[in-house]
Amino acid sequence: MSKIATRDAYGEALVELGEKNESVVVLDADLSKSTKTAGFAKKYKERFFNVGIAEQNLIGISAGLAAVGKVPFASTFAMFATGRAFEVIRNSVGYPKLNVKICATHAGLTVGEDGASHQSLEDIACMRAIPNMTVIVPADGVETKMAIHAIADYNGPVYVRLGRSAVPVINDESTYKFEIGKGSLLKEGSEVTIIATGIMVSEALEASKELESKGVSVRVINIHTIKPIDKDIIIKAAQETGAIVTAEEHNIIGGLGSAVAEVISENYPALLKRIGTNDTFGESGSPNDLLKKYGLTKDNIVKAVEEIIVKKGVK
Amino acid sequence: MNEQVVVLQEKANIIRKHIIEMLHESASGHPGGSLSAADILAVLYFDEMKVDSNNPKWEDRDRFVLSKGHAAPVLYATLAEKGFFQKEELMRLRKIDSMLQGHPDMKGTPGVEMSTGSLGQGFSASIGMALSAKLDKKEFRVYTLLGDGELQEGIVWEAAMAAAHYKLDNLTAIVDYNQLQIDGFNKDIMGVDPVGDKFKAFGWNVIEVDGHSIEDLLNALKEAKKVLGMPTVLVAKTVKGKGVSFMENAVDWHGTAPTLEHKTKALIELGGE
Repeated sequence: MSKIATRDAYGEALVELGEKNESVVVLDADLSKSTKTAGFAKKYKERFFNVGIAEQNLIGISAGLAAVGKVPFASTFAMFATGRAFEVIRNSVGYPKLNVKICATHAGLTVGEDGASHQSLEDIACMRAIPNMTVIVPADGVETKMAIHAIADYNGPVYVRLGRSAVPVINDESTYKFEIGKGSLLKEGSEVTIIATGIMVSEALEASKELESKGVSVRVINIHTIKPIDKDIIIKAAQETGAIVTAEEHNIIGGLGSAVAEVISENYPALLKRIGTNDTFGESGSPNDLLKKYGLTKDNIVKAVEEIIVKKGVK
Repeated sequence: MNEQVVVLQEKANIIRKHIIEMLHESASGHPGGSLSAADILAVLYFDEMKVDSNNPKWEDRDRFVLSKGHAAPVLYATLAEKGFFQKEELMRLRKIDSMLQGHPDMKGTPGVEMSTGSLGQGFSASIGMALSAKLDKKEFRVYTLLGDGELQEGIVWEAAMAAAHYKLDNLTAIVDYNQLQIDGFNKDIMGVDPVGDKFKAFGWNVIEVDGHSIEDLLNALKEAKKVLGMPTVLVAKTVKGKGVSFMENAVDWHGTAPTLEHKTKALIELGGE
């Protein structure tokens, strides 16, 4: 399986967009090599603005550009975008519903060695809580590219969460269709559903293979749009499989697991187990070691599914 | 005194009366920093800026951003006076279902260019607007009004740095330098002086003006347009609560609405109905 980091796909998509849409402008806060906006900067120099190490201003300027008709893509690390500039995003982008695309890289634990200060495990929760904001977490390079093109055509504020490490390509470029707000059914199954987002989608697929070999019928859904969330696909999973395991590289509080819990508890209560970091900060380490230590692996998903099936039997 | 100055002074006076009336009606809001900026807005909207109240979204219009968003009453009064909406709307300030929110909302009010209220953010957005004009080689200019207390926000200096870096000579910032903030005098809370030197160090052209002198403001705004390759800031020395004796330079009138008695007294001072 080929691997590519979603941030690399983002960089490529921006260059394509630059050609396609003259209104697209890209902004960065001194991280253009890491966020991969450097490709756009090189090709469309006049439409690229490096605002320096100033994330609040990155968002503020983007809001101003959007207010006069530009389609700004503002990039920095997820921690600084959604943390440091949170209130600017809320008041200058979300409230006036301006057409700003905040595409943040290095989200989650897998930023790795930089440690807790750089590991954003709250960003989905923060962005999800802002009215008007669309929140997208692509699972692979193919989905990232399609998402970036889709949000350029959509008029409104969007947060896209991208990663640092290379992740397996799970979607087929020639057949995959990305639609904002629609979940993607990756595998049918009847006993339990795994709903995953971002880098955990490929882990979910691996887990389902192992579970199938043990005779468990597992449905796998990729929720790439955390907000607005695809209620239909989740309710259907609750109705038809009766048990759901969510998996995300994010705090279990406020992210995908919480969003799924809200949908099922209000519509069709079903068993739920959430996999994510358990209300804790991370630490320095290699991405794989961290995923293992904080319980974000295929094995953790398998274990959660096996536990929830037992509960289901008891119920 | 020439006729233009008299006309603009009269506009500023009408704007002040609207401010007093609307704040009394809403029983909530910020009179001090609204009154201090009345002359500035009168000059901007009735002389300097190219705007069309019949076509608020005219693409080539000049943009004004009220970065000190709590002074919304002065902006609303000016926009109503300019014909962007009916003056009767002013009496709905801060009331439920009103188009006039406590702080400016660009989605709800014709003529409001940016939603502001969280200090410093409007200034940052105005940099984006000016940058876009440069990119598209458009002629429109961007004006933004900042409070002096607002200068304590870090984002102001991030934005100031960027404006100079991008040589935004199509941007004019005006600091409503009234030296007061909610908790007291700037110098006692967190000193912002010397304001002009700070902007100068950040690469701006600085013009010090009397913010209540129509002539000063007219001249400075004209001069700002002639300066190429750098943004200009007008440090406009003002008096908080200007025009109403008991509100002038009084910290208590930062965010307190006038009672009926106060309103009557204020309107008499401003020349009655």
